[in-house]
Amino acid sequence: MAGGFQGGRAVSRTFAPVKTWLLLPSWLVIGIFLVVPVAIMLVYSFLTKEFRGGVIWEFSLAAYDQFVFDRGLFGDEAPSFEWTYVTIFARSIVQALAATVVCLLIGFPTAYFIATRPASSRSLWLFLITVPYWVNLLIRTVSMKFLIRDNGPMNEFFLSIGITSEPLGLVNTDFAIQLGLFYSYLPFMVLPIYASVERYNFALSEAAADLYASRWVTLREVLLPAVKPGVIAGCILVFVPSLGAFLAPDLLGGAKNLMIGSLIEEQFKGNAGNWPFGAAASMILLTMVLIVLLFYARQQARNEGGH
Amino acid sequence: MGAASRGTAIEVQNVVKRYGSFTALKGATFDIQDNEFFTLLGPSGCGKTTLLRMIAGFEDVTEGAILLFGEAIDKLPPNKRPVNTVFQQYALFPHMTVTENVAFGMLRLKNSKAEALERAKRMLSLVKLDQFAERKPSQLSGGQQQRVALARAMAPGPKVLLLDEPLSALDLKLRQEMRVELKQLQQETGITFVFVTHDQEEALTMSDRITVMSSGEVQQIGTAHQIYEQPNNRFVADFIGETNLIDVIIEKADGKACLCRLGGGTAILAEAAGTPIVGANGHLSIRPERISVRAAGKNDEGPAGVVEHIVYLGTDTQHMVRLDDGTLITARTQNAHHAFVNSMQGDRVTLTLDEGAARLLVD
Amino acid sequence: MAAVGTDLKRYPGFLFLTLVCLAVLYLPLLVVMIYSFNDSNSITIWGGFSFRWYADVFTGPESEKFKAAAGTSLAIASMAAVAATVIATAAAIAMVRGGSFRGKAMTFGLISLPIMVPEIVTAVATLIFFSAIGFTRGYATILVAHIVFCIPFAYLPIAARLQGIEGSFEEAAQDLYASRAEAFRYVLMPLMMPGIISGFLLAFIISLDDFIITNFVKGAGIETLPTAIFGSVKQGIKPNIMALSTLMLGVSILFVTISYFVSRMGAKTSKP
Repeated sequence: MAGGFQGGRAVSRTFAPVKTWLLLPSWLVIGIFLVVPVAIMLVYSFLTKEFRGGVIWEFSLAAYDQFVFDRGLFGDEAPSFEWTYVTIFARSIVQALAATVVCLLIGFPTAYFIATRPASSRSLWLFLITVPYWVNLLIRTVSMKFLIRDNGPMNEFFLSIGITSEPLGLVNTDFAIQLGLFYSYLPFMVLPIYASVERYNFALSEAAADLYASRWVTLREVLLPAVKPGVIAGCILVFVPSLGAFLAPDLLGGAKNLMIGSLIEEQFKGNAGNWPFGAAASMILLTMVLIVLLFYARQQARNEGGH
Repeated sequence: MGAASRGTAIEVQNVVKRYGSFTALKGATFDIQDNEFFTLLGPSGCGKTTLLRMIAGFEDVTEGAILLFGEAIDKLPPNKRPVNTVFQQYALFPHMTVTENVAFGMLRLKNSKAEALERAKRMLSLVKLDQFAERKPSQLSGGQQQRVALARAMAPGPKVLLLDEPLSALDLKLRQEMRVELKQLQQETGITFVFVTHDQEEALTMSDRITVMSSGEVQQIGTAHQIYEQPNNRFVADFIGETNLIDVIIEKADGKACLCRLGGGTAILAEAAGTPIVGANGHLSIRPERISVRAAGKNDEGPAGVVEHIVYLGTDTQHMVRLDDGTLITARTQNAHHAFVNSMQGDRVTLTLDEGAARLLVD
Repeated sequence: MAAVGTDLKRYPGFLFLTLVCLAVLYLPLLVVMIYSFNDSNSITIWGGFSFRWYADVFTGPESEKFKAAAGTSLAIASMAAVAATVIATAAAIAMVRGGSFRGKAMTFGLISLPIMVPEIVTAVATLIFFSAIGFTRGYATILVAHIVFCIPFAYLPIAARLQGIEGSFEEAAQDLYASRAEAFRYVLMPLMMPGIISGFLLAFIISLDDFIITNFVKGAGIETLPTAIFGSVKQGIKPNIMALSTLMLGVSILFVTISYFVSRMGAKTSKP
């Protein structure tokens, strides 16, 4: 079978005969413990809920129905439109989009700045940007909460130097969630953009300047299109996790500003849960994410094919 | 080394190599004798490296067979074939010392560690690298690495050694030194060398026999002398050395001898590589050094023309002569023999061909 | 000209935004670090420098809980990282050195799946799976779930490293009578080692840090460090949490540094 022939040199296929054995562990582990569970989850979303958690093996569309309709406590009233869950999903999408925009507005200049540093200091800047990412997300989120809470250091500081006369009340707000999402996923925006800018040929900018373009015009017309792949990758890498985030909304947003992550988590806690509903919500989230990823993959394939 | 010691080391029988719809090798058949320095010569992409890799076992044989001393090896994996390879970029294991590299093969063949190290030491002496035994490859120069690669491939005592353009990464002077050393090595050890190169000078100076290849096909097999003096087709004539390629019509033929007529009317006696067909079009190959130039006289016979260009090359002088029928001929004269050729640009001259200089090629 | 060149690249405000970025990233961590040395009981009023909360982590009333959680975290991270690294190494060899084959793209998709599926979805699906097959949640379920999501993280640096190793080394090994296993053991593995170590460290940290999936599949009665911290934080942020967080911070930074030096060393030995 063709082993690949590139420029007169064949690509090494040393381990081709044993590849099935080598891949079997991955196939089994991921197949049995991720693919099968997701399939079962799909099935569960069509079952009836058990009152103390778990399911009754009886087909029902109640879980999906519950998203948009309220049929009363015993499910026998005329359906009225239930906005709660749709709102939660919509809010999550908005929050994720907002987080993406914020990360882009701050992350792009940062990535650009680092990429244009001299080679000697560049790795230091990169190191500084990525070190926080290596810290446990839970700890980072807790630290942020600690910092901005009403009797936390930040408010103490502002009060003591007289900028404000009372605590800012930042925690348990949408702003706090935004801050948390930004804090969680910023490096995912910076690194792909950095990689793209680093590969950018600045001679193009010089050519633009030669043709009377100002720096900002050059940025918009020449640089941005060239680094688009990095920007898009960064946006996807921030948007997708933000959509299903749990820690930032839970710790910083509090009980009042539910997002998808918290909604799902609630369904599996203790006796108040609704497993099929949780499964259904997870399926919807998964579908949204897969659509975004498929779209991205198609774009990539189109770009590759275009060359 | 008498003829008696020569058996057939390798037989390549109608070997074809296809990658999907692309055919890299179109059916090669030839033999390589034992104790021979055999070269596969050709430009990039001609299939010579593919062929070598098939002998080594790194490529599957799509069709055909390869025999090693009479036994088919084309279905065996590379580690079961008693041939060893010197790779183009040496492929020395960077994390091992020179000695460990050289001893590698013997250790895999389950020799004792003591034996393996002893033999490695001897090999390194053979290639004059004794004092580098404990160095790592990264600490060696290109030429030294090349010799380690050689020692490593010879250490297990193979009967056939495959060399994939081993000298191409070296600078000119080193290359010339290594050519001599390699040739000596081959003669001393008696190992059959199968050598791949795109450099014709290398092929001509080192080889017992050469296979010229192009576009996946074997063009001609022979000694350096045969390939150079008696090229079979246009590719070989043009690839090896310089030559004049002239369009002719075959007027008369008698066995291998034939009379060919140039466009302008001049007739040239030539020897045919194949079977000449009277009346057909053909191509002559005439080496520049077999043509002499003299000032045109009144009753001269032979092709005549005007000197378009004279190039002084130190050892030779090159005359580019435009014949009356428009053909451009290059003639080369050694300056030592004809102390001063009295022609200048624009002069009319007559060309004389040495006997047997013209060869009618197979089209 | 140099002046024009630098001018072209510089945009006013970009440096400022970068500094804002770094400030936002480091400020919370620095604050936590500072307050972990706070001598007072209140977490908001500074009472002087002290190690008391660090002592509390190791010997105070909650120390047993934290030690057990830390032990569980470390044990699971070690085992999961080892398993994931072995599986990922095998997969990387097949993908990078196996030629092209049907299902190669799908296999790559499968290997990346744990990263692409949102963590909460993985958590729910795994919980449902173990419930459906009637397997009690506990140590084993945590371990299995961790191995799954550690595989892609181990795979990426290993495959990247393998891509950079020329195929001619293995060919040379085979040419010199090594079997595939010997070629791997004596030639390929030593050359891949920096990538394998990077993969292991990455998998270890990812496992150590995981919260969501662990929280869902652990069942009652068992805690890892992140779930213990989360549980504690839910009751209010206490100073010993600051200390514990700072400790974990230190461990993370240690791992990054080791990983960085390993890859630096690796770069030197990859080419002769």
